[in-house]
Amino acid sequence: MALLEVRDLTVVFQRKGEEPFHAVDGVSFDVEPGQTVGLVGESGCGKSVTSLAIMGLLPKRATKISGTVTYDGTDLLKLSDREMRDRRGRDLGMVFQDPLSSLNPVVPIGLQVTEVLERHRGMPRKEAMIEAKELLDKVGIPDPDRRLKEYPHQLSGGMRQRALIAIALACRPKLLIADEPTTALDVTIQAQILSLMKELVQDLGTALVMITHDLGVVAGLCDEVNVLYGGKVVEKAMRHKLFAEPRHPYTHGLLASIPRLDAPRGEKLTPIRGSVADNIPWTSACAFAPRCPNALDVCRAETPAEVNKLGRLLRCHNPVVPGTPAAEEVQA
Amino acid sequence: MSETLVSVQDMKVHFPIKRGVFFDRTVGHVYAVDGVDLEIKRGETYGLVGESGCGKSTLGRAMLRLNEPTDGKMIFDGQDFSTLKGEELRKMRRRIQMVFQDPLSSLDPRQSVESILVEGLRAHDLDEGKESTAKRLRELLAAVGLPSTALRKYPHEFSGGQRQRIGIARALALNPDLIVADEPVSALDVSVQAQVVNLLEELQEKFGLTYLVIAHDLAVVKHISDRVGVMYLGGLVEEATSEDLYDEPLHPYTRALLSAIPVPDPQVEDRRERILLAGDLPSPANPPTGCRFHTRCPWRQATKCDTERPALRELKPGHKVACHWAEQIRSGEIQPHEVKPVLVEEDDGLSPDVPLVGPASVTEALNP
Amino acid sequence: MALGVSKKEKIDGLAESAGVSLAASAWKRLRRSPVFLTGAVIIGIFIVLSLLSPWLAPQDPSVPMLIDQVVKARNEIPPPQPGHLLGGDLQGRDFFSRLLVGSQQTLIVGVGATIIGLTGGLILGTLAGALGGWVDSIVMRVVDVMLSLPSLLLAFSIAAMFARPSQFTVILAVAIVQIPVFARLLRGSMLAQRHSDHVLAATALGVKKGAIVFRHMLPNSLSPVIVQSTLVLATAIIEAAALSFLGLGNPDDRLPEWGQMLGDVQNVFDTHPHLAAWPAICIIIVALGFTLMGETLREALDPKNRR
Repeated sequence: MALLEVRDLTVVFQRKGEEPFHAVDGVSFDVEPGQTVGLVGESGCGKSVTSLAIMGLLPKRATKISGTVTYDGTDLLKLSDREMRDRRGRDLGMVFQDPLSSLNPVVPIGLQVTEVLERHRGMPRKEAMIEAKELLDKVGIPDPDRRLKEYPHQLSGGMRQRALIAIALACRPKLLIADEPTTALDVTIQAQILSLMKELVQDLGTALVMITHDLGVVAGLCDEVNVLYGGKVVEKAMRHKLFAEPRHPYTHGLLASIPRLDAPRGEKLTPIRGSVADNIPWTSACAFAPRCPNALDVCRAETPAEVNKLGRLLRCHNPVVPGTPAAEEVQA
Repeated sequence: MSETLVSVQDMKVHFPIKRGVFFDRTVGHVYAVDGVDLEIKRGETYGLVGESGCGKSTLGRAMLRLNEPTDGKMIFDGQDFSTLKGEELRKMRRRIQMVFQDPLSSLDPRQSVESILVEGLRAHDLDEGKESTAKRLRELLAAVGLPSTALRKYPHEFSGGQRQRIGIARALALNPDLIVADEPVSALDVSVQAQVVNLLEELQEKFGLTYLVIAHDLAVVKHISDRVGVMYLGGLVEEATSEDLYDEPLHPYTRALLSAIPVPDPQVEDRRERILLAGDLPSPANPPTGCRFHTRCPWRQATKCDTERPALRELKPGHKVACHWAEQIRSGEIQPHEVKPVLVEEDDGLSPDVPLVGPASVTEALNP
Repeated sequence: MALGVSKKEKIDGLAESAGVSLAASAWKRLRRSPVFLTGAVIIGIFIVLSLLSPWLAPQDPSVPMLIDQVVKARNEIPPPQPGHLLGGDLQGRDFFSRLLVGSQQTLIVGVGATIIGLTGGLILGTLAGALGGWVDSIVMRVVDVMLSLPSLLLAFSIAAMFARPSQFTVILAVAIVQIPVFARLLRGSMLAQRHSDHVLAATALGVKKGAIVFRHMLPNSLSPVIVQSTLVLATAIIEAAALSFLGLGNPDDRLPEWGQMLGDVQNVFDTHPHLAAWPAICIIIVALGFTLMGETLREALDPKNRR
């Protein structure tokens, strides 16, 4: 059985006097032990809300969550706040985009690591201190003895993210959720952090849910990739398959719109027209239809169903046929 | 067309670091830009890449005189732009325009698109009568792909990509020769980035613009630029045509930077060898001696690197590099080795790309 | 990522041909806020009453028409009677009419002090924020000194400097106390504006310095000042009342003012508490009205709440 089974997860935000907004709209995916699963999409696609829902970190007010999130046989959505607090940090680790605001600014790094060890693993302070040192060393923070006594603002962005990873891994969780862990970092630091995460996942056998907007990060790191659009998974496949033959016009369009380092000079980019603001609700159409070069009449009249064929899940009425370019060149 | 439009000579921008309760003393400087020479030819796109804190944005702003350079010159179309003053400077600004990173914050939230676009025209007395202005505005909007109904709306009513189009239209309004684009797409969603990149390219063709594109994303810069300069800690370390730079990066930092950028192709990703740089960027307030990169350089040698600052020199036609050992690294004579990360102390979060904002002090007033 | 943003609303917004300015969208939000409406109704009634009070007042507030019912020795004052809803005051004048007409004087003091304080603060704040350098240093040090004194004490000293207190000295004293508050607030947001991208963009466009200050920096720095001025209106009324209470108010009591009315009766508070209670209640209600408006205005103008 999968380590984490997300089934039909739906998150609806309901504000007074406004129409309900489906931030996440029936998302399902599995994470096997030790596997790295990517959730990719642009802002507003629901990837971060998905991770917050799994961690039980969404505000209770004005939020309706349905579906199931089964971790090791228990439905996390049914747990009380208290039980969930115990799970977080112990079974589920999380790394956020902004390491500075996820660390407590007035508590030394060392104490923030030992706190987790004491609380979840019941270690005495002294032992926890030794373990914390080892952890910082493991995540590649030089001179851990000194760093333990320092405050978050004294560390650089890359070091802070390493410290955060150390905290997340302190209790050897079986699952780590990383929400845009490298977006705030420079490329050379991003490369350091990504290779660190890859190494740790392999060494510790931790499963990883990687949430990012960067297809490049996914290509190098994830086993399976879920592409999200407007709160739904529109395409899901193993990474080689997905990148070699993107079938959903959105995935295809995303890949065609990114300038690639190895592309010959002078090659024009093919953008996706419009913006997320053009989306139409999924209820009786495909949300991507207004921006889709492949859109047919049916796309605006009927919600496309999920089709799972040959190891690829696809939600599209008129997918891209491999070998042919997208229907039309989109005007800027 | 190889006429030089812009020539930057030994540009330096140092920000003073001030401390003190009653009287601020200058306790040091942030060497944000420390001696940069570059030339931009008319009609070309020059890309400036580097990581945060390398001084690329500060350099761009100093060229526009939005930050006052500490030292150095910028010759624009044969005229020394860096010594212009008052009204002369203001008039000259028409010819050099800027596109900003964050399209929302760079548009005044209280002004409608119309008044945003008209403002520049008015400042340079190009606002000749209602009809011709209205026509000009419609042309501008059409050029950047916005409907003319946009005129009466306000910036917050647009999506990120559309806002960036407004910012570009504002820059275009004055028929500039040079547009400095500071991270023009990095605040946008991936699918929208390509729209703006393509738009910039189209406009260049149509209006014969010259661009200086400043970005941290080497893939974007490589795509859009004819020539690329790579900055590290306040200085240019390499300059070449974008093909050349990608095909044969000569500076160790450029190599590392290129290898660090993820490529959305698993096959490439699996095969690539990464040059992982050890440690963090040193503080620009306390830059390393000699070659600024020697603290992280996997090709570092025992001599010269930590004592002598390498000058930018032409190794092959059109390809300049600032490395003492570029030839030996190129031929493979010197092999990379492991580097132990050096601790970098964060001081007060001083970032050279952020001009120091704070209460102006008595001492600053007395010693301008 | 924006949570819970209604996409439909966004699309609708884009479909409209005429744009919605920030002020318009703030107003739209305010109109739906019950707290703001409560405040606005209170202030509306207050303003209407004060404008119409000379005609609404059943009696002339300055004529001691019930003087024959005042017995100083036994501390007796005219009780409520037909034609005199709340009876008379210590001088035998109709108390209800005085309360009504008092609203006018209170409004003049409050608005006058706020406008003078706001003007002074705007000038100083704009100078400091726009010019920076030594102008900024000097202005801000003066402001710091003024802010370091307790506001009431400062107003007290300023009022005491005038040989003969009058309504104008009260207004001036209260106004001067407010100047540093406005100046500091404006200077802070002007400084932030000075380094904002849109001001840089205007500079790069070659817009003249004056136009940048008055078209971009000032309008974008005003919202905290506007909010503050509604709150200051409330404190100005209270401070003016305090000055009158301490005997530094307008000695000419033919035209009543609430604070002054409160001050005049301090000796008879134990025997005739209603003489103090009524003006006090009026002051509290009006101050509350302004505060409610100010707080909701702050929320409505906060760019973080913009949708």
